[in-house]
Amino acid sequence: MIRRLMFFVPVVALAVLAGLLWLGLGRDPEALPSTLIDRPLPAFELAPVRTGEDHGLATTDLTGRPMLLNVFASWCVGCRLEHPFLMELAGRGVVIQGLDWKDPPGAGAAWLAEHGDPYARVGDDPDGRTGIDLGVSGAPETFIVDARGRVRHRHVGPITPEVWETELRPILQRLEAEG
Amino acid sequence: MKRAALILTALILMASAPPPPAPVEDRPLADPAQEARAQAIHESLRCVVCQNESIAESGAVLAADLRQVVRERVSAGDSDKEVRAFMVERYGDFVLLKPPFEAATWLLWLGPFAVVLIGAGAVFAYLRRRRSAGEATPLTREERARLDALLAEEDEA
Repeated sequence: MIRRLMFFVPVVALAVLAGLLWLGLGRDPEALPSTLIDRPLPAFELAPVRTGEDHGLATTDLTGRPMLLNVFASWCVGCRLEHPFLMELAGRGVVIQGLDWKDPPGAGAAWLAEHGDPYARVGDDPDGRTGIDLGVSGAPETFIVDARGRVRHRHVGPITPEVWETELRPILQRLEAEG
Repeated sequence: MKRAALILTALILMASAPPPPAPVEDRPLADPAQEARAQAIHESLRCVVCQNESIAESGAVLAADLRQVVRERVSAGDSDKEVRAFMVERYGDFVLLKPPFEAATWLLWLGPFAVVLIGAGAVFAYLRRRRSAGEATPLTREERARLDALLAEEDEA
C-alpha cells in the first residue's frame, strides 16, 4: 500500500512545482520593493526650482500630514502623461511635493510654467543624488509619506486615475484616518 | 483598448518631449588600485533600470551616476562591503548580483543541493530494493512438482 502511494510522490511534487511556476507568471519581475517603506525619509535640502523662491524642498517639509512626494523631470514622458492628473489632484486638496530629478538648469521652472504647478514645494535635484538616496530607479515615481515623515508606499510609473483610485487613494485615506 | 490608447498617448508625448539627459562621463579614479576596486564593485551591482546587466555594463543614465557614487565612496575610504551596504540600503538586496545568504535566501542557495540529495537517496533506495528483490527464494515442493510437470508436458509436445 505504501509503495503504491510512493508512486504518487513525484506526481504531487510536479503539481506543486507547476503551481508555483504558474503563480510566478502573474508576478511583475520588474517591481522592486522600496527599502524605505516604514522608514523616515533620508535627509535632504534642495535648492528651489521656481524662480524667485529661496527655499526649495527639505525633508522637514514632508511632515505634519500625509502627502505625496512626486519625482519628475521635464524630459520624462511618463511625467507628461500624469501631469494633468496631478493638477487635478492638487485642485482637490491633495498635498504633492515635487522633486525635479536630473533636469538641466531652468528646465524644471520652464516645465512648471508651461504645464502648470501642482506642487506645494519643489526641490531641484540636478545631479540626481537625492533620487539615489530615495532609491529612485526612474521618473516618474511617487512616494506616500505619513504625517511623521515616514515613507509608507512607493508607486513606480505615472499616476493614472485608475492607479489613484485603486492603489494610492486608499492608502492616503487610511493614513489620514490614523492622524 | 485602454492600453492601446495609453501607448498611443505615450508615443505622441514622446515625440514632443525633450531628450533625457546623457549619462555622465566616467571619470576613473587617479589611483589605479582604487579604480580597480571600484570597477570590481561595479561588476557586482545590478543596474536597477535594465535589471539584467551590472552597472559596469549598463548604458543607463542611472548606472553612470551609480558608478560615480561607487568611485566617490571608494576614494573616501569605504571598504567594498561598506560601498555595497550603501547601495543595498537604497535599492535593496536586488542590487547585488550575488544575493547574500540569509533567512529569505537559504532555500535559493541550498535548494539545488537538497534536490540532488533527495534524488540520490531515491536512486539508492530503488537500487537496494531491486537487489534484495532479485535474491531468489527457493521453490517450494509443490512449485517444483508443478514446474516439472509443465516441462514434461512441453517435452511431449
